[in-house]
Amino acid sequence: MTSTLRALFGACAVAALATVASAETTITVATVNNGDMIRMQKLMPDFYAEHPDIKVNWVTLEENVLRQKVTTDIATHGGQYDVMTIGTYEVPIWAKQGWLTSLNDLPASYDVNDLLPAIRKGLSYDGKLYASPFYGESSFIMYRKDLMKKAGMTMPEAPTWSFVRKAADAMTDKAKGIYGICLRGKAGWGENMAFLTAMSNSFGARWFDMKWKPQFDTKPWHDTLSFYVDMMKKDGPPGASNNGFNENLALFQQGKCGMWIDATVAGSFVTGKDSKVANEVGFALAPNKEGIAKHANWLWSWALAIPTGTKHAAAAKTFIDWATSKHYLDLVASKDGWANVPPGTRTSLYENQKYLDAAPFAKLTLKSMQLADPTHPTVDPVPYVGVQFVAIPEFQGMATAIGQQFSAAVAGTTSVDTALKNAQAIATREMKKAGYLK
Amino acid sequence: MARRVTTRAKLTNTIIAWFVGLTIFFPILWTFLTSFKTEGDAVAIPPKFLDFHWTLENYIQVNDRSDYLLHFWNSVVISVGSTLIGLAIAIPAAWAMAFVPGKRTKDVLMWMLSTKMMPAVGVLVPIYLMFKNTGLLDTRIGLVIILTLIDLPIIVWMLFTYFKEIPGEILEAARMDGATLRSEILYVLTPMAIPGIASTFLLNVILAWNEAFWTLLLTAANAAPLTAFIASFSAPEGLFYAKLSAASTMAIAPILILGWFSQKQLVRGLTFGAVK
Amino acid sequence: MATQHSRAAARLMISPAVILLFLWMAVPLGMTIYFSFLNYNLLIPSAHNFIGLQNYDFFVTDPAFVTALVNTLVLVLGVLVITTVGGVLMALLLDRPMWGQGIVRILVIAPFFVMPTVSALVWKNMFMNPVNGIFAWVFHLLGIQPFDFLAQAPLFSIIMIVSWEWLPFAALILLTALQSLDSEQIEAAEMDGASAFSRFIYITVPHLTRSITVVILIQTIFLLSIFAEIYVTTNGGPGNASTNIPFMIYSQSLLQFDVGGGSAGGIIAVILANIVAIFLMRMIGKNLEA
Repeated sequence: MTSTLRALFGACAVAALATVASAETTITVATVNNGDMIRMQKLMPDFYAEHPDIKVNWVTLEENVLRQKVTTDIATHGGQYDVMTIGTYEVPIWAKQGWLTSLNDLPASYDVNDLLPAIRKGLSYDGKLYASPFYGESSFIMYRKDLMKKAGMTMPEAPTWSFVRKAADAMTDKAKGIYGICLRGKAGWGENMAFLTAMSNSFGARWFDMKWKPQFDTKPWHDTLSFYVDMMKKDGPPGASNNGFNENLALFQQGKCGMWIDATVAGSFVTGKDSKVANEVGFALAPNKEGIAKHANWLWSWALAIPTGTKHAAAAKTFIDWATSKHYLDLVASKDGWANVPPGTRTSLYENQKYLDAAPFAKLTLKSMQLADPTHPTVDPVPYVGVQFVAIPEFQGMATAIGQQFSAAVAGTTSVDTALKNAQAIATREMKKAGYLK
Repeated sequence: MARRVTTRAKLTNTIIAWFVGLTIFFPILWTFLTSFKTEGDAVAIPPKFLDFHWTLENYIQVNDRSDYLLHFWNSVVISVGSTLIGLAIAIPAAWAMAFVPGKRTKDVLMWMLSTKMMPAVGVLVPIYLMFKNTGLLDTRIGLVIILTLIDLPIIVWMLFTYFKEIPGEILEAARMDGATLRSEILYVLTPMAIPGIASTFLLNVILAWNEAFWTLLLTAANAAPLTAFIASFSAPEGLFYAKLSAASTMAIAPILILGWFSQKQLVRGLTFGAVK
Repeated sequence: MATQHSRAAARLMISPAVILLFLWMAVPLGMTIYFSFLNYNLLIPSAHNFIGLQNYDFFVTDPAFVTALVNTLVLVLGVLVITTVGGVLMALLLDRPMWGQGIVRILVIAPFFVMPTVSALVWKNMFMNPVNGIFAWVFHLLGIQPFDFLAQAPLFSIIMIVSWEWLPFAALILLTALQSLDSEQIEAAEMDGASAFSRFIYITVPHLTRSITVVILIQTIFLLSIFAEIYVTTNGGPGNASTNIPFMIYSQSLLQFDVGGGSAGGIIAVILANIVAIFLMRMIGKNLEA
């Protein structure tokens, strides 16, 4: 029965693609379900017109499921995918294992030097590019101009943490359901820990010293966490300990937040059609502590990579070249307008006046991304790569456990001191287990 | 046969039951309503019950983005296939344990259930490697095998209880009348067991339909069922509740309809059994 | 009563199920036990050396372990109590004559159809959220300060969500059992003047015990491995307040991709589950006999 069905499906597929030549190569692309990736699937006719001999099968999934699937597949050499969408966290770890095909031989039209330097650094290992960025982001402040004005303050382009706190205090009006600041609180390495790790950089803290000794017992971390907890308790929304990106986005769009520090990609959402406050949104760089050069902004990129085991490396490369090219940016602009172009990957995009006009947050997005340096993320030297993460396999589990502690501190079920003490113990344990510490 | 019931008692029952039923159903109703909202209305404060701008936008987008029919068909094949195979293996086993119990029966039952205690995530790597080497990755057959094995203990257990309810005297009477094992099963047991088998079937199809570990991790493009369809609508960045609601409604609807039909089967089987 | 012949036939009928499950258990379980003694991280393919009991040691000395153990048991027990009591009441209610019985039954069974991740998302964002959830809105209408369910009572909130998902299962099984109850028996008792309550206690409850046992046993198996609901709502926090054993195993296996550590956690979970099962069998196992 099954084979008949498969034949039937096959027949349908052939009928649908009757124009395609018979000797086609089929590649399977695993990807994340964000808006930009969804758009690409709609623009595939352009790719097929140029490459009628390649057919692309899409597997589109939510971020965490995607990560579990592609990691299992690449580590067991399952060979289910020819192109994988991975983040800046995976690239250095996987490249080190020799699991990724180097992308150094893309055609000249790809123009590798046009990639934003910070992103290129984040996706390279030993000087070779292993994944091609499709989309990049940093984080910045989104704030309500009207509330700021009402509070009698003006947001500078690069505020400090003490300014942010003063503004949050002034904007908060709990009786009216307005909370001065909304920040991530839900436990998780990609949730509150992404924000807090980036924030700790701007307080001069770091995860590990050069001997991989965890640093949660140091003063900068204590300053970071107590500042965050105090501010959230005073000016944050109720339920902050379970808010992630989407929860805060909903709050901000409903006009409940005075300020929100999160991914630059949110810039288009808070000024978009679902936002009640679209016309009142201003942007500023993520804050820093007085006298500290690092700002609290992270660096992330979704990038396309080719696992070494694939049988269709050439077709996969052709696809990646198309999907992350300058030509693709033009294609999106011609179909859906410049505001919808995948941001944060190429310098040329930020030199394009049409894009700068269409995206009010573009200038600050670029500045934020330039400020982030994945190879030197902290004030003091560190043995790891990554701004809001530490690119070692042990990080995800460890940071989630520590995230639980910090989430409890915001919920008020544990003190800042206990949370940090537990964080230090968790990190020390995991690092001993993994053999970094003797 | 039936007891006489006054209209008033029936009315009271009806009111209470509908109230309870609707309360339990409310979150699903809410999901259904949300599927017709814009993403902005879906998170609006205070919540909007009916006075929102109704739109089919979410359904259009969901269908645009995913091949619903492929996922749907995979779900049907996987859940019905694994349940039917499971029933075929489990009915004889449960029958034997219920009517010819040995000293070890209880232990065997217990042991069967204990195979279910193995946390799936602990055996992911071995199973993945086995599937890779046998070419079962991303095939419906592979998933049918896995889900049959996973649900087999549950099916045996449920059938066992139902069969146990059937009074042994009836069987003895049938045997004295000279019924063979085959006719005993076919004409005496089956009619009485139908409600039990029907509810076992229904519950296991649902369990298999919603199984979201193996069906997600062992599939890619070809065999992915509705769980993967749903997993593509919970966005990492950007609001997604309305689209997720639309996708969920589409994933729940078929099985609700199945429930509706097997419900009728269930009731018919029951009245049949009650006549005995 | 059973003859030699029927015993042999019975053995033949049981064997396919037993053999299949034996293979299913032996092969992966054997591999899991083997992996649990290795230093095996999927992301570090070079080292697969034997490290003895180190993985187990790390798992049980984790400061979250004891809390997780307690949480696992509280979660299982809480949901079991709510769903069995609720399930019996629901079955009794649905068994009575009424208009639109079929529709009400479907309404009650429906939550079971929803994927755990979806129901958790719906509950978290649309109901329990202290700013834009329906509960917060109701509290607001009543003039009470909204309650932050997932921060102040995380485990309780998760128990409620999971109970909502599993109540239909209990109700459906118990309803099916209830309907096989001999109505003549009840009528006879009624004529003898037995009150509704004593009819319930002396006729209905004994009739339902076996089904209740099955509901408890099957649900226990599923509840011991509850994970998606926690992951979506609280990620085990705040602190360890809603971390259970499956969540710890998940963190080892699918966040760290530590196959060795995850396997050790898996084996510990199997042992714990068996302890719970033996305990349950002691308490209610006699109900299984005819």
